[in-house]
Amino acid sequence: MSDITQSNIQTTQFDELPDAPPKRKIKLSWAGKTGVVVLIFWAIIVAIGPMIAPYHEGDILDEALFMVPGGGEYPDTDFQPPSKIVYLGTDYLGRDTLSRILFGARTTIGISFIATLWAYAIGVTLGIAAAVGSKPLDMTLSRLNDAVLAIPSLMLALVMIAALGSTIPLLILLTGIIYAASVFRIARSLGQEVMVSDFVEAARVRGEGLWWIITREILPNIAMPLATDFGLRFVWIILFISALSFLGLGVQPPMSDWGSMVKENLPGLIYGSIAPLAPSLAIATLTISVNMIVDDISAHSGGKLAKRMIS
Amino acid sequence: MSVLLEVDDLKISARRDDDSLLPIVKGVSFYVARGEVVALIGESGSGKTTIALSALGYTKPGLEFAGGEVRLEGEDVITMGSDQLRTLRGQRVAYLAQSAAATFNPALTIGEQVTESCVLHGILNQEQAAERAETLYRALELPDPDRLGRRYPHQVSGGQLQRLMAAMALCGKPDLLVLDEPTTALDVTTQIEVLKAFKSVIKQEGSAAIYVTHDLSVVAQIADHIVVLYAGETQEYGSAEQVVSDPGHDYTRRLMYAVRPPPAAGQGDETSGEHRREAPALEVKDLVAGYGKVKDGKPAITVLRDVNVAIERGHSVGVIGESGCGKSTLARVMAGLLPAAQGEVLLDGEPLEPALQQRSRSDLQKVQFVFQMADTALNPRQRIDHILGRPLEFYLGLKGKEKRRRVGELLQIVELPQEFAGRYPEELSGGQKQRINLARALAASPEVLLCDEVISALDSIVGANVIELLKKLRKQTGVSFVFISHDLSTVASFADEIIVLYAGRVVEKGTTDAVLSPPYHPYTRLLISSVPELRVGWLEETMQTQEAQAGIDRVVTLTDKGCPFFDRCPRAIKDTCDQETPPVRMLSGGHAIECHLGEAEFAQ
Repeated sequence: MSDITQSNIQTTQFDELPDAPPKRKIKLSWAGKTGVVVLIFWAIIVAIGPMIAPYHEGDILDEALFMVPGGGEYPDTDFQPPSKIVYLGTDYLGRDTLSRILFGARTTIGISFIATLWAYAIGVTLGIAAAVGSKPLDMTLSRLNDAVLAIPSLMLALVMIAALGSTIPLLILLTGIIYAASVFRIARSLGQEVMVSDFVEAARVRGEGLWWIITREILPNIAMPLATDFGLRFVWIILFISALSFLGLGVQPPMSDWGSMVKENLPGLIYGSIAPLAPSLAIATLTISVNMIVDDISAHSGGKLAKRMIS
Repeated sequence: MSVLLEVDDLKISARRDDDSLLPIVKGVSFYVARGEVVALIGESGSGKTTIALSALGYTKPGLEFAGGEVRLEGEDVITMGSDQLRTLRGQRVAYLAQSAAATFNPALTIGEQVTESCVLHGILNQEQAAERAETLYRALELPDPDRLGRRYPHQVSGGQLQRLMAAMALCGKPDLLVLDEPTTALDVTTQIEVLKAFKSVIKQEGSAAIYVTHDLSVVAQIADHIVVLYAGETQEYGSAEQVVSDPGHDYTRRLMYAVRPPPAAGQGDETSGEHRREAPALEVKDLVAGYGKVKDGKPAITVLRDVNVAIERGHSVGVIGESGCGKSTLARVMAGLLPAAQGEVLLDGEPLEPALQQRSRSDLQKVQFVFQMADTALNPRQRIDHILGRPLEFYLGLKGKEKRRRVGELLQIVELPQEFAGRYPEELSGGQKQRINLARALAASPEVLLCDEVISALDSIVGANVIELLKKLRKQTGVSFVFISHDLSTVASFADEIIVLYAGRVVEKGTTDAVLSPPYHPYTRLLISSVPELRVGWLEETMQTQEAQAGIDRVVTLTDKGCPFFDRCPRAIKDTCDQETPPVRMLSGGHAIECHLGEAEFAQ
């Protein structure tokens, strides 16, 4: 790495300069790889879940299915243990848990993901605008943001949904706006930090416009921490929508949603039913896998730096 | 003398991504006796810091011990468990990092931080520790020792903070101190003050030290033994006297060669007049600039006052002064980053808009700024070919093949291999990054390059290479340079003219030879005498001089009235220097000195 050796390096001709030097690859650790596998698994479920589900999410299963041969009575269909008929048992109304998870993947992941994207679209746009813009603009946006943050998010959602009715687009819109407030703060502070760095100053001395500075200098440098935050925010939004569902204002029955499945089946724990556990596990695997990937990416950009510099 | 630390055939390796080992330190042995300072010297990448850290039983992430022993009083620290290591690091071996500013927590008082570690490790209780800290403040000649502990880090100067870090390390009475380049980032006058304090406190406390640096002349002042390292191997090991006066190894001689000679007349390159034109390339007239709101042509904090500078085409002007004197502010005004409150900046005789937003693209192209820290001035997310390609595209409209060809040329100009086009900044060493930083400015085909401390962060050999490169560029392209540095020797070897700034005022200017030979402004004399010389005993001699006694260990203060250098000047005239603005004395050949003293008095 020393400059002494440089004089010995043969300089190649200009023409031999490669067209497009290869991009660096991110090598994932086993944890990251596991995360990717789990995430791909859930992505597939989102795509084909309803097609492979044995029953419809709203179907209350017929008592006849659970008849013990020879037994005279019809058994209760709620909180049935796993069996060949219902692989993950039934819930408190006697619906198939597996089918509800498969259907629910689409609502839970879909709504949360779109809402997170929406929160990021608003939060990052305004956050960067506040970071690079004039002081009055920064003040206006930040104070407005404080106002949004000051209102308890669940209350805000309750009032809005009560007034406008519960539909999925409204749910996404509302969640997005509520979470955009915290994204705004992160994007703004990250942006401000990069904005005062020497390389942004170098770009300004060169005479670059704001658009260039934002897209080429700032965004690439804050993408990693924002991606880390994206994972966490996604997880919180899943929980937020679950909470709304529990209050009866989120995803409306008979549509299934993992969060509401956990809450509505809580009494089942007493009977040793796995109906509340299965969707919890689904949420856990999804959120943990997202975090493992995010950790890996951010560790790669920082932690292994020392290694790369000496080899 | 009993041996305190013994490093025996130490080997440290880095683990690559494919799990193979890359040796970094290849079998180094030396010992440190009680009360002795051993210096590890070498350029960056020589493994000197890695070896020094092994005394704490520590390796940087990605590195591991591969063999040998590091024995502190007979005990091998490499094989210690984490509990033992904690005791070792807290009580017996203390580490002083390079940057004091980064080491101190700005939210806690100095006293809390100096005493924290030894109280935590139960060596002293809070009261004893505070008492001990005060003794150390006195030993380190810090101002106001009984109240210093209640201040916050931002309330003291950089040199004081550096000494406070020594107090922090010494508070728990460690057996061994590890000092990692503790004076590298400091001004010459501050460096002397810190060196002197370190030397006397080490002697007083009788503790041993490992001193890591790349600067031979600093080592000559403080070390008893010197280990010269290159690429993880010992090149030479001997007493300071012997290594400095009679180096036995080629590499040591190379290091000594890279030590810049003390600044003196006749070192500057004579630039030919072939690129000359009527008007100076860049000129600054009656400049007043500073920070904060401008009111009646005066900013809230005025940094620069009545500054006049002209840079002839193809010439280089060195701007020198201590930190806080307004050097960087001057460059920022020229670049348009900081609009001037009064006065104007002329390019080729035409006035430039004060703010860069109003400047035309071709004006921007002609004045390029080279930032001090190549580490932060290059976007870590952009490949080198993008970094160099952007100005080509932006100013010259080059695209595709043409642009790539030019990127190749630029890399060749700064003497880097073509493959670097595909790398990211973090994959380059410090010196290489600085070359890219320079190449980016050159890509614009500028007429004036503003170089702000471009080699200050580099070690001496790499820095000397960059200076050679700049000289070559100046010859080839006829670019004018504004070369800002706190290091007089560097400026002396490069600039045609020198401007000495003090507290935002030009105190002396003229050709390099004129400024560096008598008559001097008292401040210039102080700066020149503070540059360490490569011989044992220089420090003690210098501290005896009246310049050093009056001028060292003071901060630059901005004043409206009188001469700002008044409180540090050994020859200040009371009631004159602190009241009246000093007159400009014009000497022969455009040499000007701003001082109340007469020409006859300068000559003394």
